[in-house]
Amino acid sequence: MANATPVMEAIDETLAGKRPVFEVVYEWATTVDHKKIGLMYIFLALIFLIVAGIEAILMRIQLAVPNNHFISPQVFNQLFTMHGTTMVFFMGMPILFGFGNYLVPLMIGARDMAFPRLNAFSFWISAFGGLLLYFSYFGASGLYGAGSAPDVGWFAYAPLTAKVFSPGHSTDYWTLSLLLSGIGTIGTALNIVTTTICMRCRGMTMMRLPLLVWLFLITSCMVFIAIGPLTAAQIMLTLDRYIGAHFFDTQAGGSAVLWMHYFWIFGHPEVYILVLPAFAFVNEIVPVFSRKAIFGYPAMVAATVAIGFISLSVWAHHMFTVGLGAAGNTFFVFATMVISVPTGIKIFNWLATIWGGKIHFATPMIFCVGFLFQFLIAGLTGIMLSAAPFDWQLSASYFVVAHFHYVLVGAIVFALFAAFYYWYPKVTGRMMSETLGKWHFWLFLIGFHLTFDFMHVPGLLGMPRRIYTYEAGRGWEMWNLIVGIGAIFQVVGTVCFIFNLIRSCFRGEIAGHDPWDAWTLEWATPSPPPSYNFAIEPTVHSRRPLWDLKHPEDPDSDYE
Amino acid sequence: MLVLSITASIFLIVGGLLLYALIRFRHRSTDSDREPPQIYGSDQIELAWTVIPILIVVMLFLSTARVILGTERISKPTSALDVTVIGHQFWWEYRYPKFGVVTANELHVPTSDPGNPTPTYLKMSSADVSHSFWVPRLAGKMDLIPNRVNTMWIDPEQPGLYLGQCAQYCGTQHAKMLLRVYAQTPEDFAAWIKQQQKSASQDLSSNTAAVEGQTVFLHNACINCHTVAGTIATGRFGPDLTHLASRDTLASGPIQNTPENLKNWISDPNSMKPGALMPSMHLSGHDLDAVTAYLITLH
Ligand code: HEM
Ligand SMILES: [Cu+2]
Repeated sequence: MANATPVMEAIDETLAGKRPVFEVVYEWATTVDHKKIGLMYIFLALIFLIVAGIEAILMRIQLAVPNNHFISPQVFNQLFTMHGTTMVFFMGMPILFGFGNYLVPLMIGARDMAFPRLNAFSFWISAFGGLLLYFSYFGASGLYGAGSAPDVGWFAYAPLTAKVFSPGHSTDYWTLSLLLSGIGTIGTALNIVTTTICMRCRGMTMMRLPLLVWLFLITSCMVFIAIGPLTAAQIMLTLDRYIGAHFFDTQAGGSAVLWMHYFWIFGHPEVYILVLPAFAFVNEIVPVFSRKAIFGYPAMVAATVAIGFISLSVWAHHMFTVGLGAAGNTFFVFATMVISVPTGIKIFNWLATIWGGKIHFATPMIFCVGFLFQFLIAGLTGIMLSAAPFDWQLSASYFVVAHFHYVLVGAIVFALFAAFYYWYPKVTGRMMSETLGKWHFWLFLIGFHLTFDFMHVPGLLGMPRRIYTYEAGRGWEMWNLIVGIGAIFQVVGTVCFIFNLIRSCFRGEIAGHDPWDAWTLEWATPSPPPSYNFAIEPTVHSRRPLWDLKHPEDPDSDYE
Repeated sequence: MLVLSITASIFLIVGGLLLYALIRFRHRSTDSDREPPQIYGSDQIELAWTVIPILIVVMLFLSTARVILGTERISKPTSALDVTVIGHQFWWEYRYPKFGVVTANELHVPTSDPGNPTPTYLKMSSADVSHSFWVPRLAGKMDLIPNRVNTMWIDPEQPGLYLGQCAQYCGTQHAKMLLRVYAQTPEDFAAWIKQQQKSASQDLSSNTAAVEGQTVFLHNACINCHTVAGTIATGRFGPDLTHLASRDTLASGPIQNTPENLKNWISDPNSMKPGALMPSMHLSGHDLDAVTAYLITLH
């Protein structure tokens, strides 16, 4: 039993009739253990990943051929709204907070988060937000008429959200669910910041924090700044809809552009809130599998801080076609281009970390390699879009859809998969299957490139986004068909992954506490870690405490 | 172009180095178990790959800024044609104030030759939610936002039909808010304007079906939403029908303008364009034929 996972233990005991199901559920529902909360976040996010993935597949089937009648326009519009909203708010953020919850205390040698009960509250209110969003499918005309699911897009531009243009409750479901999950997000961010600042073990100075912890710290600070405007805008929108305020109601003189500012002041940092944790995973995994220390630790920290700051001042690059005038546009072009400098520094440092190493291509590492190439391309198409004249052509076209999916899937999802394979042995005590992992990687990689490489083309040929169908004869058919086929490969890859997750839980090789020969503190506890994390609070002398233990002849602390 | 070549070369260099490193430094089974030498960083290298990208960014920025400011500074030649574009859910309204012409869904503009330019100056706004005007081969896109006037230039040199469509999600039928721009030689354009200026209430007496259709039209809800110049129909919620028969398509592009389609459209617009804001008009078969007979006379 020593190496069983907490999940499996629970299953075994319930099956053997030792513990009633109710008791197990009760234990998880009332837990304040950061590891269990982290796992629940991840579980929730995986469910939403599957749901939003199904929504994406339905859309791709609809668009695979021109003039398709598979899905009605109303349902299609609901699908892309729900897909975007779910992926950003109920997949991306929870999964990042899941990993943060699980790893941050372990990596800094703490016993739990600073505020365990706030932590549980944050999880449950976020989960409730997600539930509320999907509950909308049961409203109004019910599931087959697709109910009153929101259909205003994940960006919910005014005045389409005003009562006149969006009667019924669909938009209210959207607003309230994000309002709730926003509260949870702020709570968790507060927890991560406090934990990192106050609960580090002896010897863990700020400049010895694992980079992952640094990145979660900065992400959490960005959450404070970004979620505020979103929450404010949600409240204003609700006032518009229910007591006739006119913030965004253009029929009564309100401003549509005001909403865009509010939304993107949140929306742009949000992109970095999602991508920084992906960087965080890569920062931990690449060095271990290259067998080298991360190159330029201080520069990596500085670049992250810089990205945090600059990302707060680029929002209007989503608004180049709004007619802000030359001065405004020029400023935002500059800010947007500048952010590529710290981002570039990160890529160069990863390259330098690999350089001269001994690279082991285990599954976590190959996903990181996919990440590196795809993120490079995403960054470069991003620079192209940041040049406003390009953007005047390509914004709101499939080129943009391709660009940001390169970031969201090519970078973030690849890094997430890497993280799953890397930390799974810590969490469950068992390894995931390498064979299935490689199948997963190759299928997903091929699918990803078929889908998102070829999606740039219809964008260049004038295909706008958010359309439920298109006419034949504009040169878009073939590309959309290829894109659809790619999506199927991605599904098969993901099925391999899910199967691997479940199978390895029972059949995986026993991992031991440090299967990757890694260097950070979480690998110093048993797998899975006991509820108190560390029997004795650790003391560290460098950024790589386990390196010091393994190489007493050449300790890291000499070089810092 | 500068942007393209710079990004492409960055991709080749960084991508190439990455690929090289991955192959050159992969772990071989013959390797010893010793860890490779640990390198923690280098201030010089770090500085180099901060400063060089900054220089590239500044260069890119300056070239972009020149284009933006250049676009903004073009002054309006007196020969320019003014057109007001109003976006509606889910169709386009075009007004030519100088000629007193109002039309819908199909924009006609003159071509201009560089020696004697006659560019078209579009003043754009929206009657309901935000839309975006995008004809890729003519210009970039520009949003149409309620309570706000945005402007942009188009200046086609080749005559022909340019296709585009609304690029800002605007509700159920965003997908079928298509754009058709007909660029015509100045002579053809002048002829088109002449024809659009003609009154539509020509003599129908020889065409009894049309006379009857006109009566049906004027006595139904049609006139609440549609205009036919010279009659009591002055509705503004739907497209102006004054010269409907001179257009190639219906409902903003997706439907060919044939008598058969017209009939189907009027009896059930939502089956042809689900989500369109025109209600089904419950006319008897006879009235429907008559209305259609009337509409096809509106050249
Ligand atoms: C029997 C009476 C009617 C007739 C004969 C009629 C005819 C037409 C025709 C021929 C079009 C296509 C115009 C074009 O493509 O340029 C059209 C579009 C439209 N009509 Fe009507 N109409 C009638 C009643 C109405 C009413 C009562 C309303 C308003 C409630 C209305 C609102 C609209 C709208 C909004 C469109 C644009 C639809 C789109 O493209 O999305 N119509 N109508
Ligand atoms: Cu539109």
